[in-house]
Amino acid sequence: MATLPDNPLVRLQDVRFAYGEREILRGVNLQVRRGQVVAIMGGSGCGKTTLLRLIGGQLRARSGLVEVGGRDVSRMGRSELYALRRRMGMLFQFGALFTDVSVFDNVAFPLREHTDLPPELIRDLVLMKLNAVGLRGADRLDPAELSGGMARRVSLARAVALDPMLVMYDEPFAGLDPISLGVIGQLIRRLNDALGASSILVTHDVHESLEIVDYVYFVSDGRIVAEGTPEDIRGSRDPFVHQFVNAEADGPVPFHYPAPPIAEGFLGRSAT
Amino acid sequence: MSGPLAVVRRLGAMVTDGIWRLGFAARFFGLMLLYSGQSFTRLHLTIREIYFGGVLSLLIIVVSGLFVGMVLGLQGYETLQRFGSGDALGVLVALSLTRELGPVVAGLLFASRAGSAVTAEIGLMKATEQIRAMDMMAVNPIARVVAPRFWGGVISMPLLAAIFTAMGIFGGWLIGVVFIGVDEGAFWSQMQNAVDFRYDVMNGVIKSVVFGVAVSLIAVFEGYDCTPTAEGVSRAITRTVVSSALAILALDFVLTSFMFRGTS
Amino acid sequence: MSRTTLDLWVGFFVVIGMAALLFLSFRVGNLAGTSFTDTYVVKAQFDNIGGLKVRAPVKSAGVVVGRVGSISFDTHSYRAEVVFTIGTGFEFPRDTIASILTSGLLGEQYIGLDPGGDIEMLESGDSLQITQSAVVLEKLIGQFMFDRAATPSE
Repeated sequence: MATLPDNPLVRLQDVRFAYGEREILRGVNLQVRRGQVVAIMGGSGCGKTTLLRLIGGQLRARSGLVEVGGRDVSRMGRSELYALRRRMGMLFQFGALFTDVSVFDNVAFPLREHTDLPPELIRDLVLMKLNAVGLRGADRLDPAELSGGMARRVSLARAVALDPMLVMYDEPFAGLDPISLGVIGQLIRRLNDALGASSILVTHDVHESLEIVDYVYFVSDGRIVAEGTPEDIRGSRDPFVHQFVNAEADGPVPFHYPAPPIAEGFLGRSAT
Repeated sequence: MSGPLAVVRRLGAMVTDGIWRLGFAARFFGLMLLYSGQSFTRLHLTIREIYFGGVLSLLIIVVSGLFVGMVLGLQGYETLQRFGSGDALGVLVALSLTRELGPVVAGLLFASRAGSAVTAEIGLMKATEQIRAMDMMAVNPIARVVAPRFWGGVISMPLLAAIFTAMGIFGGWLIGVVFIGVDEGAFWSQMQNAVDFRYDVMNGVIKSVVFGVAVSLIAVFEGYDCTPTAEGVSRAITRTVVSSALAILALDFVLTSFMFRGTS
Repeated sequence: MSRTTLDLWVGFFVVIGMAALLFLSFRVGNLAGTSFTDTYVVKAQFDNIGGLKVRAPVKSAGVVVGRVGSISFDTHSYRAEVVFTIGTGFEFPRDTIASILTSGLLGEQYIGLDPGGDIEMLESGDSLQITQSAVVLEKLIGQFMFDRAATPSE
């Protein structure tokens, strides 16, 4: 890990983004090195998913630089962007499998669309990818017949079908049982190392992520408020990190939504 | 007085909203035409949509056509025979169907059955992030998902309208000739004399193609543009059916006034 | 639904759709009948065309041989000029008479051609010299009343 080349695969510099009037990101700086598994953590609605969309080119930053593989994503035309996306894989929060075709056809989709490989070779590749996630026997099933954890694993197989250089995960641990949590976590790490790729996890599952990632970024209020290796994070004295890691109800992220003082709220007169 | 002013303001907002949406839909239409190449180079995509849109609509089209024709036969005869023109029943049934009822009613049925299904499909794909996933896998969702459904509808519509009309004429014959007893020879010969291929049949086909384009465009647009929630999808489906019906009836008037100006 | 079954059903659908269209064109409409591919153009002037319309049939001996193409007013002769087409297979002598007749008692009007005895046949663009205008009901009644008035009643 220490002998990686210096240029990062993904680089965000002073990135700002807003939905209409609402500012989501107010100057974000982060980078992902080749071979790294990076976690982006933060509370709900803090803009983590927006970061993934910016990296994938689905959104354009208001200002700042979004660089993938040394190229500015916002300057790319459609065909160049599509060429880039062929080397990225993305796992969506609820799998986003195509519900009208089987598990096999789902994983085969990127292979059939982007390669000219003969059906026999595609079949072997699909079964290999499914085997890597432990679902080779489920290839004939319909997505509707899968449990949440299984659907996510199939989605993972599909995301890595073309051996991408960058894999992005949107809340991969959300809503899973403890066993599936462990399985997904291990798969993320193992696939990343096996492919020689980089991975970005957007999550708020602290415990599971700290086990498998190399670096963590904390997003709050549109900025990176803390970053570091898992050891740094566990030992951090930053109040936000502390609240997050120890799951405290109140701290830098307040418990109460802004409201008028209690006297005024209940008794209907301004407190003197 | 905020009451009436607010109403006027809301009305104005609705109109500007509608016009903005129309422009947006026009741009979407252009984009879809641009990306339609795959619908024909990978024909199986479009064939699949012809199956789900056209073939699965056959039952309702055939049955409805039959009933409409039979009703035309009954009502038509009842009115015609008052003027001693019962023999002209074939003419009445054939002209009503080929010129108007065939394209319009088939179009309305197609919009409610196939159009709403397409909107639901695309809308649900959007709501479950399947469209976004496809986009992230570097597959153009408009080329892959939207355009084939559009062309499938455009191809299916004229065929369905023709089948509807043919079934209707059969229904009219069934009631008129078989049950009521109108002279079979007069039924067909007067019909053949009165129905002109270019003027009546072709105009009817042109109408059904135009309706096909309108209904298919509305269906795919509403699906692609809907709010990606369960409620958003159901509202989009309702809009598809309502907008398609209005579009068909309005276009029918425009086309009819162009086509059937009455021989001078 | 496998690909081949799908294709089969779609093929079936397209076939019956086309069959319906053919049915409408030939059995319901008059595609086979009166659409002449090769025609030649003939003109005729009438004092009164009555209710003659464009696309009305041109018949001879009751059989449709052509169609009315256009009707216009000639400002030099103050008569109606009718241009119509006749199928190439039907040749008529140059002294053919064109009359405007009514099919049935109150039916639509058409042009009836009575062939003459000329050896030379009509060419495309020729004009018919002798024409008989449509019967106008008012004039007919007026004529009838005039005749009645002229003949002293017994």
